[in-house]
Amino acid sequence: MFYLIQLLNGVQYGLLLFLLASGLTLIFGIMGIINLAHGSFYMVGAYLAYWLAKITGSLWLAIPLGLLIALAIGIVLETTLVSRLYKRDHLYQVLLTFGLILIFEELRSILFGDDVHGVAVPALLDYSVRLTDTLSYPVYRLFITAVCLLLAGAMVLVIHKTRLGMMIRAGSSNREMTASLGVNIRLLFALVFAFGTALAAFAGMIAAPISSVFPGMGNQILIICFVVVVIGGIGSINGAMIASLAIGFADTLGKVLAPEYSGIAVYLLMAVILLWRPQGLANKT
Amino acid sequence: MIEPILQVRGLSKNFGGLAAVDDVSLDVKVGELHALIGPNGAGKTTLINMLSGDLSPSAGSVLFRGIEMAHLAPERRSRLGVGRSYQKVNIFPAFSVLENCRLAAQSREPRPFNWLRDAISYDRVLENARRALAAVGLANRAAVIAATLSHGEQRQLEIAMSLATDPQLLLLDEPLAGMGTEESLNMVELIGELTANHAILLVEHDMDAVFRLAQVLTVMVNGKILASGAPEAIRANREVQSAYLGGADESL
Amino acid sequence: MLSALVLAAFPLIGTTFYIQLGAKIMIMAIFALSLDLLVGHTGLVSLGHAAYFGLAAYVLALISPKYEAASLWLTLPLAIVAAGLAALIIGFLVVRTTGVYFIMVTLAFAQMLYSVFHDTKLGGGSDGIYITVRPELTVAGIKPLDLENPVQFYYFVLLLMIAVYVLLSRVLHAPFGRALAGIKANESRMRSIGFPVFAYKLGAFVLAGALAGLAGYLAACQFGFVNPEILAWHQSGTVLMMVILGGMGKLHGAVLGALAYVLLQEFLSTPALLGAYAKHWQLAMGSLIVLVVLALPEGLAGLFDRHGRSFQRSDSNSASEDLE
Repeated sequence: MFYLIQLLNGVQYGLLLFLLASGLTLIFGIMGIINLAHGSFYMVGAYLAYWLAKITGSLWLAIPLGLLIALAIGIVLETTLVSRLYKRDHLYQVLLTFGLILIFEELRSILFGDDVHGVAVPALLDYSVRLTDTLSYPVYRLFITAVCLLLAGAMVLVIHKTRLGMMIRAGSSNREMTASLGVNIRLLFALVFAFGTALAAFAGMIAAPISSVFPGMGNQILIICFVVVVIGGIGSINGAMIASLAIGFADTLGKVLAPEYSGIAVYLLMAVILLWRPQGLANKT
Repeated sequence: MIEPILQVRGLSKNFGGLAAVDDVSLDVKVGELHALIGPNGAGKTTLINMLSGDLSPSAGSVLFRGIEMAHLAPERRSRLGVGRSYQKVNIFPAFSVLENCRLAAQSREPRPFNWLRDAISYDRVLENARRALAAVGLANRAAVIAATLSHGEQRQLEIAMSLATDPQLLLLDEPLAGMGTEESLNMVELIGELTANHAILLVEHDMDAVFRLAQVLTVMVNGKILASGAPEAIRANREVQSAYLGGADESL
Repeated sequence: MLSALVLAAFPLIGTTFYIQLGAKIMIMAIFALSLDLLVGHTGLVSLGHAAYFGLAAYVLALISPKYEAASLWLTLPLAIVAAGLAALIIGFLVVRTTGVYFIMVTLAFAQMLYSVFHDTKLGGGSDGIYITVRPELTVAGIKPLDLENPVQFYYFVLLLMIAVYVLLSRVLHAPFGRALAGIKANESRMRSIGFPVFAYKLGAFVLAGALAGLAGYLAACQFGFVNPEILAWHQSGTVLMMVILGGMGKLHGAVLGALAYVLLQEFLSTPALLGAYAKHWQLAMGSLIVLVVLALPEGLAGLFDRHGRSFQRSDSNSASEDLE
C-alpha cells in the first residue's frame, strides 16, 4: 500500500502543477508571451507565505495578504515590462524574462538569504487521516488536492460558461479577430497576466509547508510546467489538466520503479509524446 | 493519346462539418493548360493546397507520374516535379532576386549537404537560376533585393523560382492577381510559352486570360465541380453562366 | 583580420590573470558561435544548448585518470563526438517542433541531462568531479604543447576559436548554410521548393552541438572541475544571452557578446567596485539585460553597424564579403 501513498502524492503534485501550468499556458495562448519568470512568482508566493506567516503567526492570514502583494507585483510588471513584449520576437521575451529571473533570485537572496526555510502547516490541518491499519496520510496534502480541484473546476466553469471565458478562448485562438470585435485587449491581457501570476504565487503559498522554501524552487518547477504545456498544447486548459496528471503519475511511477532516476521520468514521457504527437495532446491539427 | 501526368480522383477536404472540397476529379496533361475557375470560396485554393502538399486531403487520390502523392510532404512532391506559385506572393524578400532563384535551383542538387565549398562556385546551379530568371524576363534584375521589386515583378519571380526547380507540373494560384494591364499581358504571354513544355493547372479570375490560355476548363462551385470541358463548351453552358460567368450584374 | 592580431599579441602584455580571462572569453566565444549557428542563422532558438557543452565536459572528467593527464588525441574527439551524438538523438526529437514548443523542449531535455548528473552517482552527483591534470598533447613521445602553461593554453584556445570561426564562415557561405538562411527566412517556401527542411535543421543542430562540446571540453580543461551546473538552464540562458546581446546573424556578434558578458560579469562581481553587493552581481546583470532588450533591438553589433543593413541580406555578387 506504499503505492497508494505515492499515488495520492502523484495526484496532489499533478494538481499543484496544473495550477502553475494553467497560468503559463493561458499567458502563452492569449498573449503569445513565453514567460520564464513564471516560476519566480511561485517562489515569490512561497517566500511571501514564509515571511507573512512568521510576522502574523498564521498561514491563513498570510495567504490572502500574500496574494494581494503578488497581484500588485504582477500588475506592475505587466504594465511596465511585459506589455512591451507583446510585439517582440519570442527570442527577446526569453531574454527579458531570463533577466527577470536573475533579478528575482538576487532580490530573494538579499531579502531572505540563501537558506532553506520551513513553513508550518496550519494547526487546523496538521493531522493525518487513517487509510489502512498501518498507513495514514497527511490531511494538509488532501487539502491542497481539494483546493486545486476547486480552482480547476472554477477555471473550467469560467472558461466555458462565461463571457469572460469566451473572450479568453477567442483571444487564445485569434488575437486580432478578438481585438477587432471590440474587446479591450489591453485590459484582457493585464487581467490574464495578473491572474496567471497570482495563481502561480498561490500555488507557491499552499505548497510551502510541504516543499519548504528554498532558492531556485521556482525554476525547477517551471521547467516541469513547460513540459506540461508541451504535452497539453499551448492555450489549452483541458490539455494542461491531462498533462499535469499524466506527469504526476509518471513521476510517481518513477519514484516507485527507479527512485534515483525518477527525475527523468517526466522527460521520458515528453520524449514519447514528441515521437507520437509533436504538437501536444489537446490540439487537433 | 498521352497519359495525363496528373490524375486527381475523388479528392475531398472536410473542415469539421464543412466540405471545402467535395469529390473533385480532374486530369492535366503535359503541353496542356487546365484552368480552374469559380467564385470566391469555391475551394480552388484548397484544392491547389492539397495538390502541392500544403494541406492533407480527407479522401481521394492524387496520382502524379503514376505515383500516389496525396499524403506526401511538400518537399517530396517538389522533388517529383511539382512546382507551385502562391496567391499571396511567397518569396524571400530579404534576399536578392538571383539568390531567390539560386536557392530554388540548389534544391535539385544531388548532394545537398555540401558544408564547405562556396555556394557561388556551383556553376550548374547558378546557370539554372539565371536561365529561370531569363525565362520570366527578370535577368537584368538579378542583383536587386526582392522586396524592392514591383508587385508584378515579384509574381514573375515566384514563377521563376518554380521554374528553377525544373518542374513538369505547374500549379499557378492566381498569378495575375493585382497586376496592371501591361504586366498581365507579359504574364499571360509567359504562361502561354510555358504551356508547351509543362502541364499547367491555373487558378484565375481574369476571364480574358483564361480563355486565351486554357485548353481545358473546370468550373468549381461550393467545393464541387459544376462543369468541365473545352473552353467554348463551358462558355456556352447555361448552368455555368448563371452560377459564375453570365448575368448583367456579375462582372469580373 | 585585425582583431586576430590583437588577440595574438595580447599575452605578451597581459598578466596571468588576464591571460586566463582571455582564454575564458574565447572559450565562451566558441560556445556562443555554436549557438549563433542555430539561433542567428537557422532561426532555431535553443534554450538547452548547455546540454552539449556540459556533456563534453563530463566526458573529459569521467575519462580523465585521477592523477594523470589524459591524452588530448583521445579525449577531445571523444568529447566532441559524444556531444554531437547527444545532439543527434535530442535533435531528432526536438527539431520536429516549432516556435515556442522548440524553446521549451530544448530546455526540458537539457534539464533531463542535468537531472541525470545531479541525482545519480554517474558524475559524482551534485559534488562534481575534479580534473587534476589537464590533458596532454603528445606527438611521437614529444610534448609540443603544454596546456598547463597559461600562455600556451591561451594560444591553443585562440587557434581553435579562429578555426571554429573560419569553419562556420565557410559553412554559412556553402549551399548548406544558404539553405539554413532560407529556412530561417521562409521555412514553408523552402519546403515547397523541395528542401528536406527537417534534415537541414537536424544537421545544423548536430554541428552546433558538436562545437558546443568543443567549448565545454576546453572549459573543463581550464576550470579543472565539472559539476551539474555546467548543464543547468542558467548556463543555457547565459549563452543565449551572449548571442542575442552581441547581435545575431553576424558571426562576430557572438564573439562580441561573449566578450561583453564575461567582462561585465567580472566587473560587476569585483568587491572593489560594488562592495558587499558584488555577491549579488546577477541583480545588476539581470537589470542590464532587461534594459538592453528594451532599448537595443539589434544587440551590440547593431550598435556598431552604422549602415543599418538588414542582417538577413545575402548578396550573391560579393561572396568574399563576411556573411552578415
